Amino acid sequence: MYVAVKGGERAIENAHAWLAEERRGDTDIAELSIAQIREQLSLAVNRVMAEGSLFDPDLAALAIKQARGDLIEAIFLIRAYRTTLPRFGTSTPVDTGAMACDRRISATFKDLPGGQVLGPTFDYTHRLLDFKLAADGEVPEAPARDAVPGDVPHVTDFLNREGLIEEAPHDDTPPPDLTREPLEMPADRALRLQALTRADEGFTLGLAYSTQRGYARNHAFVGELRIGSVPVEMEIPELGFAIEVGEVVLTECETVNQFKGSKTEPPQFTRGYGLVFGQTERKAISMALVDRALRWEELGEDNVGAPAQDAEFVLYHADNIQATGFLEHIKLPHYVDFQSELELVRKLRREAGADQVQEAAE
Amino acid sequence: MSAYNFAYLDEQTKRMIRRAILKGLAIPGYQVPFASREMPMPYGWGTGGVQVSAAVLTPEDTFKVIDQGSDDTTNAVSIRTFFERTAGVETTTTTSDASVIQTRHRIPEEPLQEGQILVYQVPIPEPLRFLEPRESETRKMHSLEEYGLMHVKLYEDISCHGHIATAYAYPVKVEGRYVMDPSPIPKFDNPKLGDMAAIQLFGAGREQRIYALPPYTEVVSLDFEDHPFEASKAEHACSLCGAEDSYLDEVIIDDAGGRMFVCSDSDYCESRQAAGHKGKDAA
Repeated sequence: MYVAVKGGERAIENAHAWLAEERRGDTDIAELSIAQIREQLSLAVNRVMAEGSLFDPDLAALAIKQARGDLIEAIFLIRAYRTTLPRFGTSTPVDTGAMACDRRISATFKDLPGGQVLGPTFDYTHRLLDFKLAADGEVPEAPARDAVPGDVPHVTDFLNREGLIEEAPHDDTPPPDLTREPLEMPADRALRLQALTRADEGFTLGLAYSTQRGYARNHAFVGELRIGSVPVEMEIPELGFAIEVGEVVLTECETVNQFKGSKTEPPQFTRGYGLVFGQTERKAISMALVDRALRWEELGEDNVGAPAQDAEFVLYHADNIQATGFLEHIKLPHYVDFQSELELVRKLRREAGADQVQEAAE
Repeated sequence: MSAYNFAYLDEQTKRMIRRAILKGLAIPGYQVPFASREMPMPYGWGTGGVQVSAAVLTPEDTFKVIDQGSDDTTNAVSIRTFFERTAGVETTTTTSDASVIQTRHRIPEEPLQEGQILVYQVPIPEPLRFLEPRESETRKMHSLEEYGLMHVKLYEDISCHGHIATAYAYPVKVEGRYVMDPSPIPKFDNPKLGDMAAIQLFGAGREQRIYALPPYTEVVSLDFEDHPFEASKAEHACSLCGAEDSYLDEVIIDDAGGRMFVCSDSDYCESRQAAGHKGKDAA
């Protein structure tokens, strides 16, 4: 005898209780602290801050703990929290030229003012599992020296003096705000960059990689990659001047791209730009490549139909919170729709005589 | 939950959503872009409906949530609990007692009354989306009333299958102007959309669109003169309450493929049973 399904409420409560227990894991093992996650899983924390669009390492670490290390789930927690926060105002634009760089490299010049600074990079490590780390994670202190004083100029400015690279004219137009206005097409570059900086790292990487393999190839050189902290300043109306309210760590990537010229533009180098919260250089480089590919129209290039050139395709599918939600919603019950499809398929089969064929076979 | 505002969203956001709703009511069937917020439940799980409900709920309201017609499906439970916690409004499963009903995939069987609001959760608000994937193109098609593509698709269905092969989310035309997606309700529910006494609001969170049907709006399911629209359902009566006019779910009851048919609208079925109606398998 069938009775209508009841008890969803209790099932949900029990599932949540089980989830909490699984999150904690074996209670004989010490519990992770927020500080441990923040300090020792800092690149995960950075990704959550970047794609969550909220610079707060402690909150990101908490989200990672709560999400059992599922970073997209952690990003979701941060996004849902950030949307409830009151907005006190807007900072003045940060000046990445005044960045206190931990890392700053250029692939286009052997040496340059400000120097090449490798910083804390995996780049030249040999990817050999370090079994010593399993037993003892203590490390000797790394050698230190004083920072080179003064601003670190942008590499692209050197090229600009010769007129070899396209101008990036100064523009004080306030950028649109993706989190307060619906995304509408066509999207200008400021809006595209805003969407890309919080876009899923994997999706952005895949698109960027596709441009390197010929789907809208634009041969990018990393003109410069820099990681470091910049002060955030805000104009306080009562004071009448800007004061520093904090610091954020940013990764900035400027690519220099080959360009043979088009009907509207002379032969020159062109630019791609990436700017992301935290130490997130894979994402920043990917962003710069995708940004450059999306600029085909303003540079008068051909649309070769590559995915990375298609702003609607890129921007509407780059957000992992939208994507994962919609993808996973197909787990929800759909039996009403399915029932109507069942009726339809049965009707169509009846009329196509498929039922008789099956009966004959039996 | 005192850390959050009444019904979760802050008043500025609600005002923004209400403006979109009013615009939607003024232009029935037109998709109004709105700055959808990240909600504490995933996109695709009713965030559009939840934001619309949050914007229209007042402390005096009585709220009902159904998913697939039922108050007891897990996501309906989850959304109802959300508003119990964040708005403290009274909730109900009785259709006629509710002032705001949020729904996924069904319209209640019991006719709605003036003063009630029906809020639909919408996954893909664009009826032309699967014919043209580009938003910039489909918006143009709507503004030019360029719906030929849709008619061609329906015609192709008829020429290939003898029928229009759309069983749910069946497109409608509103007041002779906008072609609208009624959300994935079975086409059985389509005739209830038109001339309804209640306000109908549609919220698509991920796609950032709101649209609306004011009371007593003309809503016509697309069809052809020689292939008129037909609302269909399983040709059975409910096994529990005996209703012959309600939309039925098919339930598999044993390993041998045995099945029974029961009302998808759980409130309708239960109130009929309480009134003494009996189906063939009633206890």
